[in-house]
Amino acid sequence: MLTSVLIAVAVLLGLAALFGGLLGYAAERFRVEGNPIVEQIDALLPQTQCGQCGYPGCRPYAEAIASGDAINKCPPGGEATIHALADLLDVEPQPLDAEHGAAQAKRVAVIREDECIGCTKCIQACPVDAILGAAKHMHTVIESECTGCDLCVEPCPVDCIDMVEIQPDIRGWHWDKPTPAQRLQIIASDRQGATA
Amino acid sequence: MRPVYAFHGGIHPPENKQQSTSQPIRFAGLPQRLIIPLQQHAGAPAQPLVSPGQHVLKGELIGEPQGKISAAIHAPTSGTIDSIALLPVAHPSGMSDWCITLIPDGKDTWAPRHPVADFRQLEREELLERVRYAGIVGLGGGGFPTEIKLHPPLHDNVETLILNGAECEPYITADDMLMRERAEEIVRGMEIMAFILRPQTCLIGIEDNKPEAITALRKAVEGTRIEVVVVPTKYPSGGEKQLVKLLTDIEIPHGHIPADVGVMCQNVGTALAVYRAIRHGEPLISRITTLTGDALAEPGNFETLIGTPVRYLLEQAGVDYGATRRLIKGGPMMGFTLETPDVPVVKTTNCLIAATAEEFPDPAPEQPCIRCGQCAEACPMDLLPQQLFWFARAQEFDKAEHFNLFDCIECGACAYVCPSSIPLVQYYRYAKGEMREQLADTLKSDRARQRFEARQARLEREQAEKEAKRKARAEAAAKAQAEKASTPVDERAAKAAAVQAALARKGMTTPEAPAPALPDRAELQAQLDKAQEKLAKMQQALDDARNSNSDQVEKLERAVAKNQERVLQAEQALQAAKPAATPAPERQPDLTELQAQLDKAREKLAKMQQALDDARSNNPAQVEKLERAVAKNQERVANAEAALNIAQAPAASATAAEVPDLPTLRDQLDKARNKLAIMEQALADADAPEQVEKLQRAVAKNRERVALAEQALEQAKSTATSE
Repeated sequence: MLTSVLIAVAVLLGLAALFGGLLGYAAERFRVEGNPIVEQIDALLPQTQCGQCGYPGCRPYAEAIASGDAINKCPPGGEATIHALADLLDVEPQPLDAEHGAAQAKRVAVIREDECIGCTKCIQACPVDAILGAAKHMHTVIESECTGCDLCVEPCPVDCIDMVEIQPDIRGWHWDKPTPAQRLQIIASDRQGATA
Repeated sequence: MRPVYAFHGGIHPPENKQQSTSQPIRFAGLPQRLIIPLQQHAGAPAQPLVSPGQHVLKGELIGEPQGKISAAIHAPTSGTIDSIALLPVAHPSGMSDWCITLIPDGKDTWAPRHPVADFRQLEREELLERVRYAGIVGLGGGGFPTEIKLHPPLHDNVETLILNGAECEPYITADDMLMRERAEEIVRGMEIMAFILRPQTCLIGIEDNKPEAITALRKAVEGTRIEVVVVPTKYPSGGEKQLVKLLTDIEIPHGHIPADVGVMCQNVGTALAVYRAIRHGEPLISRITTLTGDALAEPGNFETLIGTPVRYLLEQAGVDYGATRRLIKGGPMMGFTLETPDVPVVKTTNCLIAATAEEFPDPAPEQPCIRCGQCAEACPMDLLPQQLFWFARAQEFDKAEHFNLFDCIECGACAYVCPSSIPLVQYYRYAKGEMREQLADTLKSDRARQRFEARQARLEREQAEKEAKRKARAEAAAKAQAEKASTPVDERAAKAAAVQAALARKGMTTPEAPAPALPDRAELQAQLDKAQEKLAKMQQALDDARNSNSDQVEKLERAVAKNQERVLQAEQALQAAKPAATPAPERQPDLTELQAQLDKAREKLAKMQQALDDARSNNPAQVEKLERAVAKNQERVANAEAALNIAQAPAASATAAEVPDLPTLRDQLDKARNKLAIMEQALADADAPEQVEKLQRAVAKNRERVALAEQALEQAKSTATSE
């Protein structure tokens, strides 16, 4: 009787030790580097690197969100980003925090090249290296790479950088959603009357 | 007889084709101006090669393909380039695009053409290049550059080449009329394509509602291995995937193109364009466009130059703009409404419908989906249109994608059968556009992230490099410092050794070395003075302490004793240094020696002179010799005198220079001592702590001066005595 109890206890202890060891090993061997949710949040942010959220770039903001910061501090992302973040993190979507700026149409920086003195200040300010130029030579913005972050406007000593809204283009155009007004033209009974 | 398979779904809308087939193809004529958009095809727009004011000939290249997927554009007739500007084009957005405007000169002069009588003489690559530079794109409506499509797939062979003559969409009869009238050329074009692709089977698919075209084609393919396959009329059998399914029973997998399963589809119009490009060297500068609709008096098919304004073209068919309610480009199922007829015909304009209000009434208002499922039955792509509709409306695009929204060919069959009149295709187009935009945004933001991270990495690297450089510099400096600190001992030793060696050398030539002793003596004197001063101060402090009965008396007594010792030591050292410092008369022996030599030489000279005088009187033979000897001796005397003078001069000048200095130095020293005394007095009197500090500093400075003056005086004295 006693032996069977002892055997049972021994077996259970053995199993506990074995699985505990396995789990401990797995925890070490397959340790996840960094917080994977940061990657997912970072993927949703617009990557303008504008710093309007108060963090020095999109990734730092993603890290801040992962550790509990508000999701409504990204004006370039706007409502769409807030909704996407809310979905991802399973929280209530909040309206955009006006303190960090308002959502704006997509813009690009354009240098008035005649006025550029070639000081390279904007080049140093650009977070995505989208400004081309050399000291004492005219600079220009690579528009396809510009994120419209505004960071180059402030350092320009001669104020020759304009933020220009991207005009809708025939190649970027797509069909609009069918308008609800169209749907609400008549109610069902009206149509029946018309066809009858 | 080849079996014909079936595809899922499909609809049977009223065909309305008979209106435009009653007349043969007519030439639309030369309009006042031709507007040729740079982009009439899928891919990148063409790069214009002309400038305003330039005269061009018919068929001349005016726009070069730019990038891989692009197509060339040519002047449809001879004339002058008017402008390259943004002009409205036939696009659902109603927006403008870059267009070359050509004013025809009316002569219609061809540029040199390079016809090829037998295409079999050419390499496949050569043929493809000609197709590329003829600007041929898929004329069925897609506008995909034909050259790209005709490139033989690298791995899988094209087993079946299909020519699409189904033309399933209502109203459109452009391909029908083309097949009726130009079947021979179409078949020749297909032969060229087959020569490029080397397929095993060549099929022409055609719907059974075009008996004349079938007859014409059957006649044309006689003697070739091309087979004409008649398929039942059902919309959208002319869809590429549907036709492939009909003719080969192959379903093209999701995300693939027909070439992936060994099938290729080309439009009949494209085949004709290829034939004309190769056989006649004519680029694609015109196409057949169906003009139909109740607002036209003479509907029919027109051979239209690319760039012809729609307004002009409709006038050729007797349009009644008053009756035109809607102007549609393309068919009624897949086309879109043109806002204005002031847009040009492009390579993909297969049909224009000027419809009256009765013909195309306003779409019925949208009503809620009742989930009847008719759309799913009609869908030729086997999708679930109603699910896609829900997702598109709720903007759940990822779900819509999961339900294969991108497989939708936008044929409109679902919307056609919808009892609730939901504009389903519009929802799909909207969802697709949004998703494409999101994709583009994602790609852009990914690129921005990459660029941002690359920049961060670069900045960090630069920072690290700077840091490393700074560190290296600091290390080098520290090393140099350490070396300096460790070598001084050696250096000093080396220097001492060198001095010793120099002294030894000097000692060999001169028995005494007075020079190093001199500064030592002065130093010692200075030390002695300082020690005496200190001692005096201590003594005073001790006296003060004794008077005030301070407990510091003992300490001070000890300090005084120590200082007395020091003074004693200094005095001893000075005494020891003094005898050693007494310099030996260096120049004296030289001078006396020289004097002696001079005296000797003078004596000798006197003797010689005497001997010479004797000889002159007694022995004339020796006179000459003696004269020479006297001259020599005279020279020697002169030399000796000169040497003596030189030796005397520096000694004299040295004494002359030093002697007047002594009194001035003494004066300076006295002055300095006076000043110091005054200062010390002032210091003793001073109360304010700042003043005390200042005066203390002044006193210290003056003491230094006094010491310096004393030293200088001592030095001067010693040099003077040594003379």
